[in-house]
Amino acid sequence: MPVSKEVLDQVALSQAEYDLIVQRLGRDPNYLEVGLFGSLWSEHCGYKHSKLLLREFPSQSPRLLVMPGAENAGVVDIGDGLAVVMKVESHNHPSAVEPFQGAATGVGGIVRDIFTMGARPIALLNSLRFGPLDNPQNRYLFGGVVGGISWYGNCIGVPDVGGEVCFSSSYAGNPLVNAMCVGLVERDKLMRSRASGIGNLLILVGADTGRDGIHGASGLASRTFEEEREMRPTVQVGNPFLEKVLIEACLEMAATGYLVAMQDLGAAGLTSSVIESAAKGGVGVTIDVARVPRREEGMTPYEVMLSESQERMLVVVSQEHEQDVVKVFQKWDLESSVIGRVTDDGLVRIFEGETLVASLPIDILTDPPLYRLKGVPPSYLEETRGFDMESLSLPPEGAGPVLLRLLSSPNIASKEWVYRQYDHQVQTNTLQGPGGDAAVLRVKGTRKAIALSNDGNGRYCYLDPFVGGAIAVAEACRNLACVGAEPLALTDCLNFGNPERLEVYYQLEECIRGMAQACRALDVPVISGNVSLYNETRGEAVWPTPMVGGLGLLEESERQCATAFRDGGDVVLLLGASQVRGDASSLGGSEYLEVVHGRVAGVPSINLDMEVRVQRLCRRAIGEGLLKSAHDCSDGGLAVALAESCIAGGIGFKGACAVGGRWDAALFGEAQSRIVVSVASGDIPRFRALAREQGVPWVELGRVGGDRLTWDGLLDVPLESLEAAWRGGLEKALTR
Amino acid sequence: MRFGVVVFPGTWSDEDCYHVVKSVLGQEARYVWHKDRDLSGLDCLILPGGFSYGDYLRTGAIARFSPVMEEVERFARRGGLVLGICNGFQILCEAGMLPGALMRNDHLQFRCQWVNLRVESSRTPFTSECKEGQVLRIPISHGEGNYYADADTLASLRAKGQVVFRYCTPGGDITPEANPNGSLENIAGIINAQGNVLGMMPHPERCCEASLGGTDGRFIFESMLKVLA
Repeated sequence: MPVSKEVLDQVALSQAEYDLIVQRLGRDPNYLEVGLFGSLWSEHCGYKHSKLLLREFPSQSPRLLVMPGAENAGVVDIGDGLAVVMKVESHNHPSAVEPFQGAATGVGGIVRDIFTMGARPIALLNSLRFGPLDNPQNRYLFGGVVGGISWYGNCIGVPDVGGEVCFSSSYAGNPLVNAMCVGLVERDKLMRSRASGIGNLLILVGADTGRDGIHGASGLASRTFEEEREMRPTVQVGNPFLEKVLIEACLEMAATGYLVAMQDLGAAGLTSSVIESAAKGGVGVTIDVARVPRREEGMTPYEVMLSESQERMLVVVSQEHEQDVVKVFQKWDLESSVIGRVTDDGLVRIFEGETLVASLPIDILTDPPLYRLKGVPPSYLEETRGFDMESLSLPPEGAGPVLLRLLSSPNIASKEWVYRQYDHQVQTNTLQGPGGDAAVLRVKGTRKAIALSNDGNGRYCYLDPFVGGAIAVAEACRNLACVGAEPLALTDCLNFGNPERLEVYYQLEECIRGMAQACRALDVPVISGNVSLYNETRGEAVWPTPMVGGLGLLEESERQCATAFRDGGDVVLLLGASQVRGDASSLGGSEYLEVVHGRVAGVPSINLDMEVRVQRLCRRAIGEGLLKSAHDCSDGGLAVALAESCIAGGIGFKGACAVGGRWDAALFGEAQSRIVVSVASGDIPRFRALAREQGVPWVELGRVGGDRLTWDGLLDVPLESLEAAWRGGLEKALTR
Repeated sequence: MRFGVVVFPGTWSDEDCYHVVKSVLGQEARYVWHKDRDLSGLDCLILPGGFSYGDYLRTGAIARFSPVMEEVERFARRGGLVLGICNGFQILCEAGMLPGALMRNDHLQFRCQWVNLRVESSRTPFTSECKEGQVLRIPISHGEGNYYADADTLASLRAKGQVVFRYCTPGGDITPEANPNGSLENIAGIINAQGNVLGMMPHPERCCEASLGGTDGRFIFESMLKVLA
């Protein structure tokens, strides 16, 4: 029986896709089967529009233990028999509908991706985007999202060590909520999700299954909003206590060695969990939905298979070890139920008791059509690229007031209001927490530490998706370099609009190409990630916003560096430039241009060859103990970087070098590949030699000292004014 | 010394406490599962932080019914040292082993930050290595640390020297600005009348190593070692 347009619409399948299904199956699928296809062929699960593009990313590294995409998260060998597992995922649409639970369950989902691999979650990071805070709806979304992350993350005892928060009208109505989780596992305890062993049992453990989150993958995550529709029932409600218990029970179980496979239930619930696990193992499965413990009576097989109830895990175990596994569940007071078996026929057969209600070949279900479109450059680019930066007048109030204004702007101001609501210390590994360029966590039992960063700049990508993508990767790695860490791997979350629109597809394609080029230049692979498309409201796409999460390694945890200036008399240098010269083009896409001149225009640029050399110099200099501070020069430019190093150290700076060109561009331009460092004056000769060897230009800016930030004839601001503007900026914007 | 670290479902400071006792202080330690009743051979018990049973009811209200709690009470009655940190403090209050209650922070938000604590009494087994009036810098991490007790209980705590820590300024002054959660009289930690059960909201196990930002937590653990030696 041909299916109606309403049904197809419900599961976000096109008529052409439906016709393809019929052709491959040789028959019409029934209603439940359409639901399974809708989920697995959704953008969220099937990556229809992005998979072919994602192949651009380099995925080779001798440290990689699992091929990207092969498992729930990427895995990197860090030596000492240990591996780091990491991934980032979006929960944008659920958070737009219900910010508290949307963000909370986003955390829960990414944490399950990590411990499903047998790794203990050791860190969370968040990359958040909202509309401007002068709008009450945006304030509500911001408060709700931060509250939800705080509620869930704190309860499960995983420290939230870093992240970023930005505000722009582009995200009004469609906030971005990207959560990243990092785990640690002994190499030989790594758990896989591949179902195998004919006759082995599928055990479902954790929460009962309810009607929450049905069509989450196909409906919420894979299409744009229709504002008038009430989507709240498609958002799940989290139970962080159950998650915490599941973490402990699953890690205990993984350690027994009795498990064949483990797979969490995320988007598309039981459907994707069971079927993807079977697909990886090249086996078939039978499931009896009647054996799935329910929250509600009268649920149909369709509802059971598509429910996105949280805090559920699937484990595959041989019959002989069933009791060993159940014993662990009982210790933790967890409910479990055998819901099916591994078979050898390559089919997923779903029963309700004795009745067969669906039967489909797994290879067809997990092989959605992949689309390669021809993107079209967005028409706005002509205007933004053509803008004459020299036509901007210099702010009459002078540099000091502009600096204070930038420091108090919500994008640059301290995010302490956010991160003090997150436990960033539990597990006692946090050597550097939120607020710096990258978080640094020690690895107990070794001399090592890992560094974690989180970066993305939608404005740059809007103005030039290729360059913006490259900068996102470069900056994530630069932040690792600023603490002294060697970048090992990246994870990414690509937040874009509707890819079926060719201008959005262009942004996606260019951005991925730019990211891939920077990855190759910096020799760092992308090991996992997530694509969040259809981020639009009323036909307006969000700024193309790739979020890049970086993992770095410090062989010696003591050899780390932070942003704070330390001692009076230390010499402050700028790496990556041989003079301080204000070039108007560096104002393109800058925070200054938007905050002071109300414009989003220009073209960001980056020289990847210089980027590589600057990062290497910074790491080497930290490794040799030459740097007393290092801070990435990014949003707000040089003056903001200096101010932040002053505030963090509680000590001033006195600029002494000549400033050429436009002063606004010199102080607030956002030229890339620059790092502000301080060096004890006695170490300058050694530093000079190292910089020459590495072929990196640098310029001496001035000295640390006093209680003001001064630069002859340009700037003279007391430290306490800088600090008041920067610390109070976000709260002021919230109470305005 | 042999420390027992009690683990409830939802506890998350257990490994942090265990690490400090074992790796930093070089003492013996073992975990005690909440369904167990065997506390044999232990000199001291730590009830660590976390969200036992999710704290979905009142904090600590379900954990107090865990089988191990009867044994903890017996252990304390016999004079054993019991240190309740954060959720452990909340559980001890619910169990009636310490007076008062911990309510939602007055600003309704969770807070993870460093605070300053004034040591109000050094005549306890947990603070003997401190001087009275000494200021300790220790992190807090809680959403429900707002200490409350009725006026009579407060007066009695004061009179008997049972208030051990108060939130203060870096200079040691007890001010409203230094109070991170609305606790009455800035109370951050109290001891029972017998003098062997301490509850405190801040986390001393998070500041026993310089690389983590401070070592003031060691005053508390080292005081206990001295008493038990």
